[in-house]
Amino acid sequence: MKKIEAIIRKTKFDELKEALLASDIDWFEYHDVHGIGQRRQERIYRGVQYSTDVIERVAITIVCRDIIAQPTIQVILKVANTGEVGDGRIFLSDIIDTYSIRTGENGDSVLKDKK
Amino acid sequence: MDELALSLDTVWMLLAAMLVFWMQPGFALCEAGFTRGKNTANILMKNFVDFMFGSLLFYFVGFGFMFGSEGSGFIGAPNWGDLSFYKGGLPVEGFLIFETVFCATAATIVSGAMTERTKFSMYLVYSAVISLFIYPIEGHWTWGGGWLCNDAADSFMMRHFGEVFHDFAGSAIVHSVGGVLALIGAIVLGPRRGKYGKDGKSRAIPGHNLTLASLGVFILWLGWFGFNPGSQLAASGEVNRVAISHVFLTTNLAAVAGGTATLFLTWIKYGKPSLSLTLNGVLAGLVGITAGCDLVSPLGAVIIGLICGIVLVYAIEFIDHRLHIDDPVGASSVHGVCGILGTLLTGLLSTSSGLLYGHGWSLLGAQSFGVLVIDLWAAGCGILLFYGIKKLHGIRVDARIEDEGLDVYEHGESCYN
Repeated sequence: MKKIEAIIRKTKFDELKEALLASDIDWFEYHDVHGIGQRRQERIYRGVQYSTDVIERVAITIVCRDIIAQPTIQVILKVANTGEVGDGRIFLSDIIDTYSIRTGENGDSVLKDKK
Repeated sequence: MDELALSLDTVWMLLAAMLVFWMQPGFALCEAGFTRGKNTANILMKNFVDFMFGSLLFYFVGFGFMFGSEGSGFIGAPNWGDLSFYKGGLPVEGFLIFETVFCATAATIVSGAMTERTKFSMYLVYSAVISLFIYPIEGHWTWGGGWLCNDAADSFMMRHFGEVFHDFAGSAIVHSVGGVLALIGAIVLGPRRGKYGKDGKSRAIPGHNLTLASLGVFILWLGWFGFNPGSQLAASGEVNRVAISHVFLTTNLAAVAGGTATLFLTWIKYGKPSLSLTLNGVLAGLVGITAGCDLVSPLGAVIIGLICGIVLVYAIEFIDHRLHIDDPVGASSVHGVCGILGTLLTGLLSTSSGLLYGHGWSLLGAQSFGVLVIDLWAAGCGILLFYGIKKLHGIRVDARIEDEGLDVYEHGESCYN
């Protein structure tokens, strides 16, 4: 089992959501995140220039079977890409096991991907 | 016919009073929007206090201080809730309401400049003092028929200037007094924590909701259509119906000219048209036109608006970047600087007695003297009041309260849950 964590542009979220639902992903979580990086945006408020170092992005988390991982990553790479700096990152890691709280069973069968 | 005319005048005055009352939520939203969400309950509460204290105190004593003793002397006799002394054509209770909402407007200007760091209890003291003394006394000298507006041939103003001080709806009497007190309050308090960096540079502390601030400014703008045309205090007859229509037009033209000037100036200066400053620019034009809205031509109103909108931007920069006085909403620039400016520009642009229309220096002299006297009074009272509070009790909340927000510590409730 793998965990895919992706940090993407907010503007790409709807498109990616549709793409993930159309592929083999049954469920994923997302949350709004604030990141701070070296890149700044210039703003002006009441005549005072300042730079916002806070950058708003959406983070999505997908846990899936090994064979689903690469196709899913390819979907994200394709959909969330604009070519501009700031498109985001994908992190892939191993998951030891998954349990269903309702049935108590564990293993790949809990992840009800279509395949 | 006279009966009907007086009724019409009364209805217009009360309608205008409603519109001026409506400026209270305008100020409340404007100030709330320009400040941070952790202090919103506090700023809203201050706006309620200004109106509640102002109405009570003005009814019991302030009205007498302002209109009593037929304008003679330094201060009128307090009326102690008795309105029978007032001898005017309009019903006295309606007139009291009309004057009350003006008093409350002067009071509520200050809360924005002192926001996010003032002890609530000490704000109550300030709010009571302006409605009880500061405003009614200078009001006595002017609208109360006092020495600055006394047009008898041997009066002080006529002997020295040949003109009386003219402030139709209160650029000086209401707005500059509020603005000067706002400036002094902000000086005595000191800047908000984090407003100026160690290098002395000004930092932006963006307001939490410019939607609220914009709605507040639109509401104030609507309120001004009562503030200025209502100050005619009459609507019946040809003279009055023409006058209030004229004032309506000049008021609006100055507002749009002020906003437009700020819009383009910020676009040139900062590379982008700034909403937060354009909102102030509209108010700057409105404050500026208030003194001479009856005397200047529509073109004159546009000129006043443009000048106020431009001066506003430099005033805000100067007060913030150079003087390092932290006025979160720009009350000292909008109401103080543009209030004084509008009073003086009346002396230049009045079609009947202005310098630029070839009528000599009389009115400009009277305007300069009048606004100087009024604002020295406000400044003197402000210095005594705010330094007094600071010495006796402390005016500023603890650093921890300021950091975490006044809402929770001063009021025990927060606006956003």
